[in-house]
Amino acid sequence: MAANHPAIEARNISKYFGNVIALKDISMTVDSGEVMCLLGDNGAGKSTLIKTLSGVHQPSAGQMLLEGNPVVFNSPADALDRGIATVYQDLAMVPLMSVSRNFFMGREPVKGIGPFSKVDWVTADAVAKEEMAKIGIDVRDPSQAVGTLSGGERQCVAIARAVYFGAKVLILDEPTSALGVKQAAVVLRYVAQARARGLAVIFITHNVHHAYPVGDAFTILKRGTSYGTFRKNEVTRQDVLNMMAGGQEMEELSAEIEELSHADETRVQGDQVSKTTAAAAPERARAARVDDKAKGCPGPQ
Amino acid sequence: MAMQRPAASAARAGMKDERVRELGAFHKLMRRPELGAVAGTVLVFVFFAMVAGDSGLFSAKGIINFLEVSAQLGIIAVAAAMLMIAGEFDLSVGSMIGAAGMIMAIPATLYGTPLWLCILLAFAVAIAVGWMNGYLVIRTGLPSFIVTLASLFIFRGLTIGFTRLLTGRTQVSGLRALTENDWLAPLFAGEVGQGLFLWLAEIGLIDTLRTGAPAVSGIPMSIVWWLLVTAIATWTLLKTRFGNWVFACGGDANAARNMGVPVARVKIILFMGTACAATVFAAVQVLDSGSADVTRGLLKEFEAIIAVVIGGTLLTGGYGSAIGAAFGALIFGTVQMGIFYTGVNTDWFKVFLGVMMLVAVVFNNYIRKKVTEAK
Repeated sequence: MAANHPAIEARNISKYFGNVIALKDISMTVDSGEVMCLLGDNGAGKSTLIKTLSGVHQPSAGQMLLEGNPVVFNSPADALDRGIATVYQDLAMVPLMSVSRNFFMGREPVKGIGPFSKVDWVTADAVAKEEMAKIGIDVRDPSQAVGTLSGGERQCVAIARAVYFGAKVLILDEPTSALGVKQAAVVLRYVAQARARGLAVIFITHNVHHAYPVGDAFTILKRGTSYGTFRKNEVTRQDVLNMMAGGQEMEELSAEIEELSHADETRVQGDQVSKTTAAAAPERARAARVDDKAKGCPGPQ
Repeated sequence: MAMQRPAASAARAGMKDERVRELGAFHKLMRRPELGAVAGTVLVFVFFAMVAGDSGLFSAKGIINFLEVSAQLGIIAVAAAMLMIAGEFDLSVGSMIGAAGMIMAIPATLYGTPLWLCILLAFAVAIAVGWMNGYLVIRTGLPSFIVTLASLFIFRGLTIGFTRLLTGRTQVSGLRALTENDWLAPLFAGEVGQGLFLWLAEIGLIDTLRTGAPAVSGIPMSIVWWLLVTAIATWTLLKTRFGNWVFACGGDANAARNMGVPVARVKIILFMGTACAATVFAAVQVLDSGSADVTRGLLKEFEAIIAVVIGGTLLTGGYGSAIGAAFGALIFGTVQMGIFYTGVNTDWFKVFLGVMMLVAVVFNNYIRKKVTEAK
């Protein structure tokens, strides 16, 4: 049955908050064993869309289908029960608690009856250790605090937890935005693993360099509407980047920055460094552009 | 193989190897929240053994004395610890003690209500008060510090107001006789192990009074309650789902909620817990002394917080232990009675408390850093 139907499908989803149109007519399908990257600038509606998919919001119009069946989620718990697990940016991890206590938070394995039932921490520790080992993270001591793990590993714990508890659709909300290059690679590798296990993955990011290597398809959101969905073989990394940032806007920005640097130049004219400044102007423009991009991403906390 | 790698490069590697853990037994021990309190207890005992070894502090009577003081505080401290681990304070504990005492004393002495019914009534009121504190904290989203600071004054005021209105005084006595014929009261005011102490006196292990009775007739119920509450709280925290939720609520309420932990329910239950602990405290004191006073429990909320913090629980929640709080209370009681026995002016006790608390907080923060140290 799942073979014929996409794991999750959104049909003409719209979401209004009062008079604000947050999403308009978004359609998207994700198959099992596929990574769909949801790209878009800040305010493009990425968050609203995933919150709608994960049951936090109900769509104002449109329909959602899970393996071909129309569904309505009343709460995140509802969506979770149906196999849609969302790993939020804030991770749903408690740094002061141990790996296994975090892993089983809210779903602790219990043995015994009635008032004498207790959490089976031995099993919990073993499972947590094993699940982490599967993704290549060797937790020597599952009772160590999550706070001792690096950012990438924490993300992996969160994802491993979702997978372990039977998620069919995995929604990852900017899992790599706060991470360094190597850390992000750990997470991306695990995203690929989750795909190989047959999960449908929706990967939200605004970093094309993270999205492109693992993505099978890219949906680009812009100002609440879908700019289109593209298969990987249809587009290059640069195409995606241009569509996302809006090639034109980017060009305008470059021109603007160029102008600014000229203005700078005139200000420092007469100064003895003016020559070097002029030479460095294109360099600086590039730096400014990078800066601007960096500002878009929340830095590591 | 990763053992020799410097931490920085290991962190960049991002893989399993970075978790360099060369923690010795000492560091493992350091990770226990109650370590500070246990070490402090040993220190306090050694100190008083040297200073007050022959003053009677460590005679059977003296031991029971400081254990009783510790036990009473310990009962509320353990409940406060659980609440603090869940990230909340309850400053209304002291007022609840005064209120619960009066709820037991006034109907029993004034209207002839059976004492057991009054005790149950006090617990019912405590549950309602705890629920209200918790509900207000959850619904308003205000810090529990503010909400319960308000209830601290409200309940103290209500207690004084109603007591004066009904009895014309601020003290109600005459419960002693009622206690003796009640089936529920001995659960709070009685003693256990009388036979054991008789035997201990017979074989000369403990002193006897001039009448031939042992100097200590039994273990007061407050000590039993202290041990019981500590055991239940520890078991709950470490072994049950609810315990995991308590840590989760204090560690990151949002994360807990996202994972399906019923944060509001957990916190409200814990607020009920502190109010009930205050009522046990009140029952022990009122039924033992036979009288209730509107000022009973004054400042107990702060003493409980001190005991909890000395016990290694973080003020910000998410980390701590009930055993630690029990030891914190033991330090408290031992020092209080120790200073009394050594004949030092008891004014100095408060200085000691403040300093002790400060040291404990600094120590705890250091521990937390150690526990969650990211590489």
